[in-house]
Amino acid sequence: MAVRVQTADFDVGAEYQQLVNNNPADGAVVFFVGLVRDLNQGDQVKGLFLEHYPGMTERALEQIEADARARWPLGRVQVVHRVGQLEVNDQIVFVGVSSPHREAAYEASQFIMDFLKSRAPFWKKETVRDGSDHQQRWIDTAAKDTEALKRW
Amino acid sequence: MNVLLFARLRDELGQDSIELDLPEPVQIADIRAALQQRWPQHQNLLASGRALVAVNQTLINNDQQLVSSRDEVAFFPPMTGG
Repeated sequence: MAVRVQTADFDVGAEYQQLVNNNPADGAVVFFVGLVRDLNQGDQVKGLFLEHYPGMTERALEQIEADARARWPLGRVQVVHRVGQLEVNDQIVFVGVSSPHREAAYEASQFIMDFLKSRAPFWKKETVRDGSDHQQRWIDTAAKDTEALKRW
Repeated sequence: MNVLLFARLRDELGQDSIELDLPEPVQIADIRAALQQRWPQHQNLLASGRALVAVNQTLINNDQQLVSSRDEVAFFPPMTGG
C-alpha cells in the first residue's frame, strides 16, 4: 500500500527509492516534504500534536490517490503522514508521485497535497510560547487551504 | 446511536463519544440538533459547516442523510493536515 500513517519519522531517500526502483516507465518524479515551522500567526511555535481518525484517514488518502490517478497518468504514488507529538523542523508529510511526464507529476503532487490538507481527517494542535509560559491551541483551517481546492 | 467526536470538538465537549437516544433511522440534522441541545454553549462549534460529519468513515455533505446505529457516525472540526 502506497499510503501510510505513522508516528515514526520517515527517510526521504527511502521513499524516493520506492518511486524509482525498477521503474523504467516513468521519466519524472516530483515529491514534497512538509515540516513543522517555528512561526505561526505571529507566535513562536514549540511543537505540534497531530491527531487523526484511524481507519478513515487511510481511506481518505487512498481516495485522494485514486482521484489523482483518474486525472493524470501516474506510475507510483507514495504518501506518508506522521501523527503524534512533533517538534519544530520535524518532517510531517511526504507526497511523491512518478509519471512518464513532468507536468502530470507536478500537478498530481499539488492536487494530492491540496486535498490531503482539508479532506483527510488530520487535526493539528500547536504549542506556542505565551510570554514565559506555553499554551496549546487547535489550528483553524486556513482560508487559502479551502480556496486551493477550487483550482482543481 | 453512538457518535464519535474528534479534536477540538472532543476537547470542548469533554468526551470522545456520546450515546444518543434517537428514533432510527435518523437524519444527520437531527443528530446535530440533539448535540446542540445537549451543549447549548457550543451551538456554533456544532453548526453545519463548523462541525463536519463522516458516516462509515466517509465525509458526508448532506445533513438530510439517514443513518442508524449500525453506522459509524463521527463529528469533527474542519481538517488541518499536511
